Amino acid sequence: MTNTQRIETLEMRGIVKRFPGVLAVDHLDFDVRAGEIHALLGENGAGKSTLMKMLYGLYQPDEGSILINERATRIRSPQDAIQQGIGMVHQHFMLVPSLTVAENTALGMPSRWQLNLRQIARGLSELSERYNLKVNPNLPIWQLSVGEQQRVEILRALYRGAALLILDEPTAVLTPQEVDDLFVILHRMIDDGRSIIFISHKLHEVLSISQRVTVLRSGRRVDTIPTSQATKPLLAEMMVGRPVVFEYQRNAAQQSGERLRMERISALSDRGELGLKEVSLTLYGGEIVGLAGVSGNGQSELAQVIAGLRAIKGGSIWLDGVDMTTHTPRQRHTAGVSYVPEERMVDGAIKEFTVAENYILQDHGHAPYVRAGVLLNHTAIRQACEQAIHKYEIKTPTTDTPIKSLSGGNIQKLILARELAGSPRLLIAAQPTRGVDVGATEYIHRRLLEERAKGTAILLISEDLDEIFALSDRIAVMYEGRIVGVMPRESVTVRQIGQMMAGATADAV
Amino acid sequence: MPRPHARAWFDRLFDLFPPAISLFAALAVASILLIALNANVTDAYVALITGAFGTENATAETLVKAIPVLFVGIGICVAFRANVINIGGEGQMIAGAVAGVAVALGFGGQMAPFMVVILSLVAGFIAGALYGGLAGFLKAYFNVNEILSTIMLNQVAVQMMNFLLNGPLLDPTEAGTNHIPKTARILAEIQLPRLTIGWTEGMELFARTRLHYGLLIAVLLAVVMYVLLWHTPLGYRIRAVGFNERASRYAGIPVRRQVVLAMFLAGGCAGLAGVVQVLGLQYRLQTDGSPAGFTANAGFNGIVAALFGGLNPFGAIPASIFFGGLLVGAQNMQRDIGVPASLITAVNGIIVVFAVSSQVFVRRRRQRRLQAESPVIAKPEVVEVAPRKVEA
Repeated sequence: MTNTQRIETLEMRGIVKRFPGVLAVDHLDFDVRAGEIHALLGENGAGKSTLMKMLYGLYQPDEGSILINERATRIRSPQDAIQQGIGMVHQHFMLVPSLTVAENTALGMPSRWQLNLRQIARGLSELSERYNLKVNPNLPIWQLSVGEQQRVEILRALYRGAALLILDEPTAVLTPQEVDDLFVILHRMIDDGRSIIFISHKLHEVLSISQRVTVLRSGRRVDTIPTSQATKPLLAEMMVGRPVVFEYQRNAAQQSGERLRMERISALSDRGELGLKEVSLTLYGGEIVGLAGVSGNGQSELAQVIAGLRAIKGGSIWLDGVDMTTHTPRQRHTAGVSYVPEERMVDGAIKEFTVAENYILQDHGHAPYVRAGVLLNHTAIRQACEQAIHKYEIKTPTTDTPIKSLSGGNIQKLILARELAGSPRLLIAAQPTRGVDVGATEYIHRRLLEERAKGTAILLISEDLDEIFALSDRIAVMYEGRIVGVMPRESVTVRQIGQMMAGATADAV
Repeated sequence: MPRPHARAWFDRLFDLFPPAISLFAALAVASILLIALNANVTDAYVALITGAFGTENATAETLVKAIPVLFVGIGICVAFRANVINIGGEGQMIAGAVAGVAVALGFGGQMAPFMVVILSLVAGFIAGALYGGLAGFLKAYFNVNEILSTIMLNQVAVQMMNFLLNGPLLDPTEAGTNHIPKTARILAEIQLPRLTIGWTEGMELFARTRLHYGLLIAVLLAVVMYVLLWHTPLGYRIRAVGFNERASRYAGIPVRRQVVLAMFLAGGCAGLAGVVQVLGLQYRLQTDGSPAGFTANAGFNGIVAALFGGLNPFGAIPASIFFGGLLVGAQNMQRDIGVPASLITAVNGIIVVFAVSSQVFVRRRRQRRLQAESPVIAKPEVVEVAPRKVEA
């Protein structure tokens, strides 16, 4: 390390952070040493990001102290943190698409009168070479892939002199190959005496990359253990507070007849490009087809096309042998198409509405929720919603609670309850467990398998290959708007799917 | 940042009295203006309050002024709930008044008076609704900004009214003279009766005031619109579209139709404001030719009343009475204290600004507290690099 002071040890002692009515972080101790990757593991709301925001100067702790190299330090702002050698790569990249890598790096620099982009570019190139980041400082961000953009974020933090790097869910947006590349880079960095805090909820990644792992649950530290002593079930149990199932009991698929048939579907994406290019896919009753792919390769568009929410340029869609190409979303829902959308707080739920109001989003217009032809039957609505809450183990104070005050997992369970209410013929589940905690994920997976056993055809769209492999009967891979292959799960490996996600065809892998 | 305890205490205080606090803040600022004009602040506010509620007649006048504000405000609740910013209350009021007075004059004496009144009210509602619905239609199907279109349509309505009152609808007795633009007076039998409270003959409250049955119609309308918004699938769809168009589309709700419908209903309520003003108070349609000559700005004040009432038709009732009181009290303040009329307008404006911003403030505080209390909510830290376009 040349241009930075080393952080030999960083210690957070007795950290407390209160928000009105809530103890977000409760007397927490945490430490990192030079040359180690320390994984921070916990469910949503466990306090991981609150803790890291205090380290990065975005929040101030109410109690406790932060010691860098055994000297008490106050971190008042992200600028302070950067000066102390702490860098952070957020889950959502903070890059300006129209500017180059070097310009984006210059954006965060302490303001000076002069802007020497060439010098910055030179510095970036050197660092890029040293850590094998393969980033060209003169390219604009919009030309880079997601994986490259992430490397830009890392490079930028290194350029600013980060001796300690906080990575918030860094693998969420990467293909398996890109994850491997990232891990190589991270190893080089710790070999160089830097340290890394790796926030994740993917257990196998934590196990493969970190030296130590700290598990948080509801603002408290459950334990910090060397990764060599950790196992997947142990970590999951520490996170959730009870044993968690990873391998589901799956009966052999009871395939029935053809349910959904798409023929040569083409459609535009929001950017006005051809997002779907002659996609054909057939689903049978009683099977789960996993649709894998790096986000932005047409999966979302495909789901919207089936639900009737996106106009098509060509092709046809058939449900149970009936051409529904021109049907409205309402008609498709009535015919048995249910859709758990990817962006649940934008498409799947109305955040200002109550739990009960969200529960009737699809069926608010007819019996039993309407009486006398025009009036909403609030009693029936509440009863139906209470049943769903009970059946799907949704944690909510009342049916009249605004849905936005529920956790992601509980909102998702409510959406699932609503979409499964009418015994659908076809369920499209797009990223059903993204941002959902381990406990709720397990529950949602079980529900999907139950639905499969009932004979429903399920299209499972996910970027989480573990999820795809755990649930699917067949796996389809999308790349640049095309389905590049559909294979029975038993006949492919995660590695092969990963290669196809990066553009290889089924024959080549 | 204040200490947690102090903060919680302040939160509770603020939840209990948001309108009161904003009112005091506004009055404090207005006091500065009064002092600058060498007026006695206490005397000025005493004059304002007694002018609004000090006597039976003052209270009645306050309610009379509140009636059109309330009608418009109820409609605004519906439009804003659908996330349609209807600034066209003025124009819709005029459309309703013109249609209503035409029916009242044309059918008066030719059928049962009660029928004429009903017909006139219906005509007023429909005319206002069509006028509002036009802006809704343009927004939904041609993406015309409704704020611009409704403001423009206000001007169109004013000029149409001026034309009609100087020509086809002009009072025949005024013809050929240096006339005031006004219609003939409607028959006494189709004028809305005066509203009194009490049974003893000659002792009723409001017996010798101008308060009329329009108040009851307005309150009835508030009940109807409240039920519509929260107890029918129709209102459910309107509110769903207002909060989240994408989720509504996802749920198969025809988004465009709801936008038109919300503007139709809002325009209808404003149209009723216009026709009730004719049937209950003026007994003819009359203007000085200026934009606010007939409406007295009720089309705009209704927006404020709706916001102040939390976009709830019932909340709009006290809010309208409050604004009625402000209008009437201000006149008294002008008479008693001798401050210029423009100051009264300024004081009104200041109270409006504080009242509306307090609503926004309270809503934001509530939101922030809700998020802080449940850290489990997904809070996006940063706007994504390429936000997706919301489709109509």
